[in-house]
Amino acid sequence: MNRRDFVGLTGLGATALLLPSLPGFGAKLVDPSRLLEPGADTILKKRLADAALNAAKSAGASYADVRIGRSLNQYVFAREKQVQNIVSTESYGVGIRVLVNGCWGFASTSVVTEASLAATARLAAEIAKADAKVQKEPVQLAAQKGYGEVNWKTPIQQSAFEVPVKQKADLLLAANAAAMDAGANYINSALFQVNEQKYFASTDGSYIDQDVHRLWPTFNVTAVDTKSGKFRSREALSAPVGLGYEYLTPSAAEQVRGPQGTDTVGYKLRYDILADAALAGKQAKAKLGMKSVTPGKYDLVLDPGHLGLTIHESVGHPTELDRVLGYEANYAGTSFATLEWKAKGLPYGSKEVNIVADKLQTGSVGNVGYDDEGVKTKEWDIIKAGKLVDYQKIRDQAHIVGQKESDGCCYAQSWEDVQFQRMANISLKPGPTPLSVDEMVSKVDKGIYIAGAGSFSIDQQRFNFQFGGQLFFAIEKGKITEPLEDVAYQSNTQEFWGACAGSCDERDYRLFGTFFDGKGQPAQVSSVSHGSATTRFNGVNVINTARKV
Amino acid sequence: MAILSKDDAQAILKKVLSYSTADACTVGLSGRTAGNIRYARNSVSTAGAQDTVSLTVESSFGKRSGIATCNEFDDATLRRCVQRAEEIAHLAPESPEYMPPLGPQTYLNPPSAATTPLTPAGRAQAAADSMTLCAAKNLAAAGFLDGGTRFTALRNSKGLEAYQQSTNTDFSVTVRTPDGRGSGYAIADVTDVSKLNTKALTQRAADKATGSLNAKAIEPGKYTVILEPAALMAGDDLSLLGGLMYGLDARSADEGRSFMTKKGGGNRKGEKLFDERINIYSDPMNAEVPGQAFDGDGLPARRMNWVEKGVVKNLYYSRFWAEKNKVAPTPFPSGFIMAGGTQSTAELIKGTAKGILVTRLWYIREVDPQTLLYTGLTRDGTFYIENGAIKFPIKNLRFNESPIIMLNNIEAIGRPVRLAGCLVPPLKIRDFTFTSLSDAI
Repeated sequence: MNRRDFVGLTGLGATALLLPSLPGFGAKLVDPSRLLEPGADTILKKRLADAALNAAKSAGASYADVRIGRSLNQYVFAREKQVQNIVSTESYGVGIRVLVNGCWGFASTSVVTEASLAATARLAAEIAKADAKVQKEPVQLAAQKGYGEVNWKTPIQQSAFEVPVKQKADLLLAANAAAMDAGANYINSALFQVNEQKYFASTDGSYIDQDVHRLWPTFNVTAVDTKSGKFRSREALSAPVGLGYEYLTPSAAEQVRGPQGTDTVGYKLRYDILADAALAGKQAKAKLGMKSVTPGKYDLVLDPGHLGLTIHESVGHPTELDRVLGYEANYAGTSFATLEWKAKGLPYGSKEVNIVADKLQTGSVGNVGYDDEGVKTKEWDIIKAGKLVDYQKIRDQAHIVGQKESDGCCYAQSWEDVQFQRMANISLKPGPTPLSVDEMVSKVDKGIYIAGAGSFSIDQQRFNFQFGGQLFFAIEKGKITEPLEDVAYQSNTQEFWGACAGSCDERDYRLFGTFFDGKGQPAQVSSVSHGSATTRFNGVNVINTARKV
Repeated sequence: MAILSKDDAQAILKKVLSYSTADACTVGLSGRTAGNIRYARNSVSTAGAQDTVSLTVESSFGKRSGIATCNEFDDATLRRCVQRAEEIAHLAPESPEYMPPLGPQTYLNPPSAATTPLTPAGRAQAAADSMTLCAAKNLAAAGFLDGGTRFTALRNSKGLEAYQQSTNTDFSVTVRTPDGRGSGYAIADVTDVSKLNTKALTQRAADKATGSLNAKAIEPGKYTVILEPAALMAGDDLSLLGGLMYGLDARSADEGRSFMTKKGGGNRKGEKLFDERINIYSDPMNAEVPGQAFDGDGLPARRMNWVEKGVVKNLYYSRFWAEKNKVAPTPFPSGFIMAGGTQSTAELIKGTAKGILVTRLWYIREVDPQTLLYTGLTRDGTFYIENGAIKFPIKNLRFNESPIIMLNNIEAIGRPVRLAGCLVPPLKIRDFTFTSLSDAI
């Protein structure tokens, strides 16, 4: 992925003219009120789609799909006492994919008329015919029954676009003030709001209308000690969610306390940005004087807001079938979990490790009713009791692993980009027996508790990785003793998951997520969530990252 | 619309400005006509074309600004775009960091390419040259070629006028052995597409792939390394030199949150931070890497020394931060040039008793912004050097290293080559810190 955009988010506020180049936000800038206007109705969209499908069939397509997309975005950026930017964008157009002579062709247009769509379908067919001449392996598409006219909407209580811009800006400014009052020197905060209005039609007889909403409030707080020149930051412990503005209404029932002695709070499907910002200000300041970790082997107790990123890199990516087969070799790389490796039945992890893929979880950013090639979404097993049992695949990949149906994880970042296999939510199942985080910590003799995601890096076949975090606490003889700094752990995917000693129960289950998972050339971004409960890993190698320069 | 000439672009911008009723208005027009082809497993996977032109209008009333864009150019649409920017400006909060538009400026005229970018057939041929070579050797190629022409034009209500057109083509290829035990990589970007040879680049990647078979494990630790340019700079991700250069920002240093922050306050501009052989500058007129003549505000780019004899000579100052600190603004350049010597990578290897040759570093992420400590891994061709020659391939390694430390441990600087719009020499560095082994190939 081009993670530079993900990592550098909080620095974006100052460069308004560059914002359309942010992945997933490349669109026309519009007045906020525009985001509340309804798009074209389904009767019109069906007529447009049929024009394209008929043109594709006349041009020789054995299969075709049409995606009429309207994507609306708004982002608000603030730092300290000022709002830096409020930007609203709209993008509307159509992408048409056709299968001719066993080869894919794709074309898109922003001119949404029947004549334009028919011409675009013919162009896609021409491209397919040209490429079919050098095609070695004709596309084999898994059969898919048409669903007729159906619709789906993210189960939101309040659209973020209906909330006045001023109210949203004021909330960020209040969070900034809370962090500054608690001891921060600087804070950058942002609120990302996304609405994808997607209409999908295919020659299978599906006409699927979907209204997808996502939201992400986030910030980065910095404390500075001018005398020593030292500075430390703490990022928000929120997650990008498939929810409406109700995510920003605090609820005690949706808060999870960290282990006793850590003063940390995790969030489920409701977030308290003011409380988190105040805590972040306090913790960033405290980080200026924390003890530096002694490197060595530790039992790690990993909070879901941290573990989600490790799951993403070490399980999500290596089990994407296109990576396994070599289609991403020139960019993000391949995978150790090849078909041959899977056939050997070697353990991916300990028997405690049960990992599922899904696009169904309420509140997850991967949640949709149907994917971008007209397949109803589902949940399926990836790792069962430590063994790899399946991959993530779409319609033209199912036959490669001897299966008859897609997993429903095909996605394009916009109507103008071609859809391809993208990561579903990949989540670690919580432990089957009741276990609180305090009970888990009480059994650790020498360990470190880590909350929040930090620095991350993994090799191109997903063996060797290194992760940092936001907050670290030493565990000695079953008790949290003191906060630590300069912590990162290095491990190997199979060794790490092999050292998994179990998870807390479902009361502790939470989602981590990202808006900017990158893949493909030209690169496309995708949103994905990763659920887990706090989980223990024994004997992991911890390094000290402090340096003198 | 395709690529607009200077006169056509300025005529549109002039018309747009005539519709403005704001206190100040800046209009920008930019477009790109380009195409790409992607392949894997010696077969084309996707191909696409891009033809876009976009207008951006920024209108300001006092310190309130609004931005709107459009991609249609009839009079009614242009008028609406200006109106929308003005409406948004009226709704926006006042920005304490607002800067009024610049007046007229003089710009350099960077050299442009003599050739036009590749046609779809030309791109297909360039990819075929790469795939055919690999298929004949029973190797698998995965590559991406993307090239085209872009233009940028600016105009504002204070009389500023700017225009530039440029071409660029990027190519990269990863070659793997059929058993997955060897992998090699090559990358190039050119202004003049006649200088792009996908066959020669694929040959280089193929040699690295077959040469990296049967890699041996060595103990992680501190080693002398020769970092090829692709291990120092990347166009599509963080890199050791890119990370260092992007970090030379005055504001974050002055605010106390950068490796350029001075103890007790202020920044470290003027301090010697690196080996005295380190010289890094930017020059939009360089024939090999012609740069942008102006930045998004219309500030003119000039030749600028960033690091001279190991001393940090300049930091980036935005117009706001420059005014606040009563210094001249320094725009962020479109590329860097790290001065070097005359030795090629092969010659650097000849002069090395013991060391490691690194083709490429990957998945580089910042571990500590205070010290600019980065982690990442070697990839696609890592070799052990003994007595001036490559002895055997070695397994990939993870590093934890800061470019600040690295540029103090310089043994030799080779001849710069173009990479990601920059000129970067291969570097021979002692005591480069590897912290663990990876099984990845």
